Amino acid sequence: MTVNHFQPGSGPAVPAATTGAGPSRPRHAEKSSVMSVDDMVAELRDGMTIGIGGWGSRRKPMALVRAICRAGLRDLTVVSYGGPDVGLLVAAGCARRVVTGFVSLDSIPLEPHFRRARERGTIELTEYDEGMLYWGLLAAANRLPFLPIRAGLGSDVLNVNPELRTVRSPYADRSDLVAMPAVTLDAALVHLNRADRRGNARYLGPDPYFDDLFCLAARRRFVSCERLVSTAELIDSGPPQGLLLNRMMVDGVIETPHGAHFTSCVPDYDRDESFQREYATTDWETFRATYLDGDEEHYQKAVAAR
Amino acid sequence: MSRADVCVVACADAWRGDGAVLASPTGLIPRLGARLAQLTFAPALLLTDGEATLTYDDEPEGWLPYRAVFGVVAAGTRHVMMGASQLDRFGNQNISCVGGWRRPARQLLGVRGAPGNTVNHTTSYWVPRHEPRVFVERVDMVSGVGHDRGAVEIRVVVTNLAVLDFATPDRSMRLRSVHPGVSVADVRAATGFPLVVPAEVPVSRRPTGDELALLRERLDPDGLREREIR
Repeated sequence: MTVNHFQPGSGPAVPAATTGAGPSRPRHAEKSSVMSVDDMVAELRDGMTIGIGGWGSRRKPMALVRAICRAGLRDLTVVSYGGPDVGLLVAAGCARRVVTGFVSLDSIPLEPHFRRARERGTIELTEYDEGMLYWGLLAAANRLPFLPIRAGLGSDVLNVNPELRTVRSPYADRSDLVAMPAVTLDAALVHLNRADRRGNARYLGPDPYFDDLFCLAARRRFVSCERLVSTAELIDSGPPQGLLLNRMMVDGVIETPHGAHFTSCVPDYDRDESFQREYATTDWETFRATYLDGDEEHYQKAVAAR
Repeated sequence: MSRADVCVVACADAWRGDGAVLASPTGLIPRLGARLAQLTFAPALLLTDGEATLTYDDEPEGWLPYRAVFGVVAAGTRHVMMGASQLDRFGNQNISCVGGWRRPARQLLGVRGAPGNTVNHTTSYWVPRHEPRVFVERVDMVSGVGHDRGAVEIRVVVTNLAVLDFATPDRSMRLRSVHPGVSVADVRAATGFPLVVPAEVPVSRRPTGDELALLRERLDPDGLREREIR
């Protein structure tokens, strides 16, 4: 397996890392994975299977999702603990299939665009139990073809996914379990609170969700962050257990302040409930024209100007 | 004492005798029930703030991010009380969609954790509006599995009218008690399948004075529980 140190091609100038006091490090230690949102989009192709981190309407890499909507990618298979990331990609016509256990805005139980697409029959769905999706990512991360799990047995999850098989324990219990297949991703998109330019990153909120697993299950891994900081500052910004991603797990780092908006990114900010309500109740064409037709800077300005 | 108060203690009683397991209530009335149980007869019960923090009497006592919840599910040390858009006589539950799965008439939440919950640990249900549309002959998509499909234990179904359980030879649904002011006929009329009804159906237990005081003064002083039942 190749460890990939991504070299940005024609990306914009890298922001100077704010190093603390002390002598500067040799240049070879400064290998950078920093890229722009456009650099990331340029690596994605129609038809890819893309995993999106976060959970529901929590710490979603929304700036990256918005960029995919603008770029007009097509026929994506989106793997996600679904929230407005799925809704946007469905509404923008980018997603052909959604792989998930739910799609919800948390404070608004049902995601309106996903719901409409399902009721119109315009989207394909692979519906798993939430724990099955976790096991599938875990299997991919461990390069296993499947992992056994009880979840799914007896339910209609096995009927709506006729490709799913069970496996019998070779030990004395002889129990039958679901053989959850590896959920392997072409690309993973995640958003964390802090990252350095090499691809080390941490979360500062109460839950890592499954962002590390999404990265480990993917061929190309893109992490956006609220703030790009020096490695020293990254280390000092919290306990070592919060350092969820290391350089083996990341190909590109993108600084997108407020990049999880309108989902929550605690402690940097909470969910923007009033904006989420607007998203959920505004017709797609109006929402798109108001917020998504320009670039990310335009989006953030339009949000601030409400 | 209101109908909602009766529902809260009926939910609380679901966790009676469970010991140190994670209580995972969905909805306000089940949450009040779980908190009431923790503060009174089930002090070993674990609860969360609904996100990643374990709480005792609403104060943080530990960490339980989603990935660890799936570990608890697999370990079986949990008793969830879920909602149900549809429920059949063996406790098969649907929260995924109404109508055909391929192109549903109404897309709902998705199966969420229901398949894993029901085959790993005790499950109960809370139905704020007991009606034939919920209690159906056959659910459109089995999200949570019932006793005829390998559920570990569906303990109780608490509704705005009654408490139901599965204490029958084939583990099909039975009327355990009716709430004060509700008749057996009311429950039968609101249930879309033949319910097992014992010769004598008791009235659901009323909250004790201490329970009512806790509810009114500490857990839900604004009476939000009254709005969950319509």
